[in-house]
Amino acid sequence: MSTPPKDKKPLLSVRDLTIRFGGLVAVNNLKLDVFDGELVGLIGPNGAGKTTCFNMLTGVYSPTSGQIVFAGRSIVGLGPHKISAAGAARTFQNIRLFKEMTVLENIMVSLHARRNYNLATALLRLPRFFSQEKVLRSEALNILGNLGLEARAETYAKNLPYGDQRKVEIARALATKPKLLLLDEPAAGMNPIETAQLSGFIQEIRKKFSLSVLLIEHDMSLVMKICERIYVLDYGELIAEGTPSQIKSNKRVIEAYLGGGGLEKLSQEKNTAGGAHA
Amino acid sequence: MIEYFGQIFVLFGINVILASSLNVINGYCGLFSLGHAGFFAVGAYSSAAFTTLIAPEWTAQSPHLALLVSSLIAMGTAGIAGLAVGIPCLRLTGDYLAIATVGFGEIIRIVFLNMDVVGASRGMPGIPRLTTIPWVIVGAAFTLIILNNLIKSSFGRCIKSIREDEIAAQAMGVNVRFYKTFSFVVGSLFAGLAGSLFAHNQEFLHPSNFVFMISVSVLLMIVLGGLGSQKGAVLGAFIVTLLPELLRLNEFVSQIRMLVFGLIMILVMLVFPEGLLGLLKKGSLKNKFFKKAKNEPGFSGAPL
Repeated sequence: MSTPPKDKKPLLSVRDLTIRFGGLVAVNNLKLDVFDGELVGLIGPNGAGKTTCFNMLTGVYSPTSGQIVFAGRSIVGLGPHKISAAGAARTFQNIRLFKEMTVLENIMVSLHARRNYNLATALLRLPRFFSQEKVLRSEALNILGNLGLEARAETYAKNLPYGDQRKVEIARALATKPKLLLLDEPAAGMNPIETAQLSGFIQEIRKKFSLSVLLIEHDMSLVMKICERIYVLDYGELIAEGTPSQIKSNKRVIEAYLGGGGLEKLSQEKNTAGGAHA
Repeated sequence: MIEYFGQIFVLFGINVILASSLNVINGYCGLFSLGHAGFFAVGAYSSAAFTTLIAPEWTAQSPHLALLVSSLIAMGTAGIAGLAVGIPCLRLTGDYLAIATVGFGEIIRIVFLNMDVVGASRGMPGIPRLTTIPWVIVGAAFTLIILNNLIKSSFGRCIKSIREDEIAAQAMGVNVRFYKTFSFVVGSLFAGLAGSLFAHNQEFLHPSNFVFMISVSVLLMIVLGGLGSQKGAVLGAFIVTLLPELLRLNEFVSQIRMLVFGLIMILVMLVFPEGLLGLLKKGSLKNKFFKKAKNEPGFSGAPL
């Protein structure tokens, strides 16, 4: 059983995180830690607040209350681009690639923070522009090569097959040189074989880029296989935290997924309106 | 007759500048702006004010230098106007942004309509005719080169990423508010340049030169040519400038030429919804006809 290293300071530390949309409390008093190099899962039934949580961590929403400390500083209230610069990169549940741009350009957008030329250099096409563009280009190709996507570099993102789109999204996030990678349902819409490949892929990039990963996923086989620790959300509340084996046998988790009252109630709900929220 | 063609050419050049500058805002950054005539007006009036009111003697002595200086002033003032309008407006998106920019475009026009130093509703006469065909060529080429260099740089990629997906762009570290304002200001800047060339071609300015319909016709040019393509903007400017003149050739059509022009525009948009350059992208019959052009590097209907 692996426990979080208590002596080390966490890379990401979330305390009492709450967000309200009008009367709806989407996430309530969330406490979550991610340590260096860890692979942490965040699971829960649909509508539990997982993506909302990601949106707060990446600055898309600002929380109603609570603290988020990332790499030693508070990131509450920072804009998404600043959080990205601080070293947290994400992918999206519904793929959000820059469709009318090539794969290479997609990656190069993420590299913009490391361009080494100013506007005048670009407008006047000074020699420095060409040499620095070359550097950016080779860096982007390098990232694509690392993920086995170099053959796709000149393809328009919209023309990629689904699995590759997911990979390019991860590659684009990696290009920002993150310390923490937030993956929002990377296995959504994948078949079991593709999911198995993805789990190898995630573990591989985690080593190659020495990342911490926070993963939202519905595919339990994937989560249980690769995550070291798992947090479970239900109706915005943290209901369980622990290793995969602890989570598997946790009564509240089973209730959240199957409904309280176990099988009896499940069959009832199925008969009425398919109202189980799992 | 030569003067007539010269005048059409000058207007074509000015329209190229207007269209390609709006293309940065609308085609590349995806901001639906309908206030371009306002920045065009700011450029026109400020440059004309310089050459006729502030330094008329100097302008008479060295007209070329005066046009250059007044064009730079026009770009500066239009850029500042773009910044002043952009900062509040760019908090809005989509249709709301379009409405707000329409409003600001009209506000600018009405300010000039009531500004007595530049003639208010009497108009502003006596502007020296400084715009020559070489100057228009220089201005349009300068605009196209600078904007092309901008778009094909890291800055341009950031601008395009906003058009593609604002949320993803932010998450990849693109400062969306900055780049939106930046592209809005760049667009206004070059609209100002167009204004300066226009003022010193027309010799007389009136607020009715800068009505909402001007913004619409500039938008028409870039949509007609194909949004997000500099070649499309040039092609669109060419058609929108030339087609109404060509329709003068037939005496009957001449009387209803704007009606025919409108009909042609509707037909073109129905047949080529992606703009005229969009047809090169698809495997249409016309593709064969354009094959030679298509093989040139970079010449495709795909947004650059």
